[in-house]
Amino acid sequence: MAITDVYDFYRKMEDEKIILSFKGEFTADLLTSILHILESKMNALGISTKMKKRVFNVLVECFQNLYHHIETQEADQKAVNLQKSALIMVKHADDKFIVRTGNHVPNEGISELKRKLAMVNALNTDELRDLYKNKLKNDERSEKGTAGLGLIDIARKAKSKLEYEFLEIDKDSSFFCLNVVIE
Amino acid sequence: MEKFHLEGSPKTPEIDFNGDTGILELRGRSIPENSVEFYAPLNKWLEEYAVQANENTTLDMKLEYFNTSSSKCILDLFKRLEKMNGGVTTVHVNWYFETEDEDMAEAGEDYQAIVELPFSIIEVEEI
Repeated sequence: MAITDVYDFYRKMEDEKIILSFKGEFTADLLTSILHILESKMNALGISTKMKKRVFNVLVECFQNLYHHIETQEADQKAVNLQKSALIMVKHADDKFIVRTGNHVPNEGISELKRKLAMVNALNTDELRDLYKNKLKNDERSEKGTAGLGLIDIARKAKSKLEYEFLEIDKDSSFFCLNVVIE
Repeated sequence: MEKFHLEGSPKTPEIDFNGDTGILELRGRSIPENSVEFYAPLNKWLEEYAVQANENTTLDMKLEYFNTSSSKCILDLFKRLEKMNGGVTTVHVNWYFETEDEDMAEAGEDYQAIVELPFSIIEVEEI
């Protein structure tokens, strides 16, 4: 890679209106920093309270979904490192905010994830609210304390369908791309 | 009984539980990675409070936003108070939301529908 390629990265991010991006290991402290930066940016842009909170909520759930997901114990250290490394971006264009994430997922988990994404996308605002309420009332928590409400909450706050793709990397893993447009 | 106070942090709310007045307040954001761990001492305090509660108990929920893992823990708090209500103490919940923040108002209504406690959903300019 030539040293001037940094300009290509810069140009790409500028054209895509990326206001924040991070690639690497997701940690609890990182989320605090990201929220801090995003808060200043949104304040500077004069974004409404409602929109600010929606973007925050979506970002927190996306981030913590990844954070909890990549905690999974893998016997293989290489697989652990690969899974820990993820990408998160926030884009601001045409008065909309878009949160994008990318991370490695084991192929065996994809069908379950696809099922959840399809279920959430099939529901309208009221149905999502009812599902959230019912899950909150009835479901038990997982060992990690996660409530299984993450994707439902993301869809509720975004007010749009979740866009996603799985790119197969090899026989064991794929790259999961999630695009959340916050209307 | 001992008051329970915790300073707020970027991911956890400020806590003020006063056993003498019966006023229990959570204020700020609740987005910890491990909500169960954060809420455990609050539950422990409430357990002790339950046997020596004030005649009236008011829970003031002044949250800016909360993550889904906190949402279960918040429900647990309500459930605990639900059990006390009408026995040793009379419980009332004040759920605050900032003007325009219809999501937070909705969240209050959702809890109100799940839990059998008297709720006031109160609009304020800023939390």
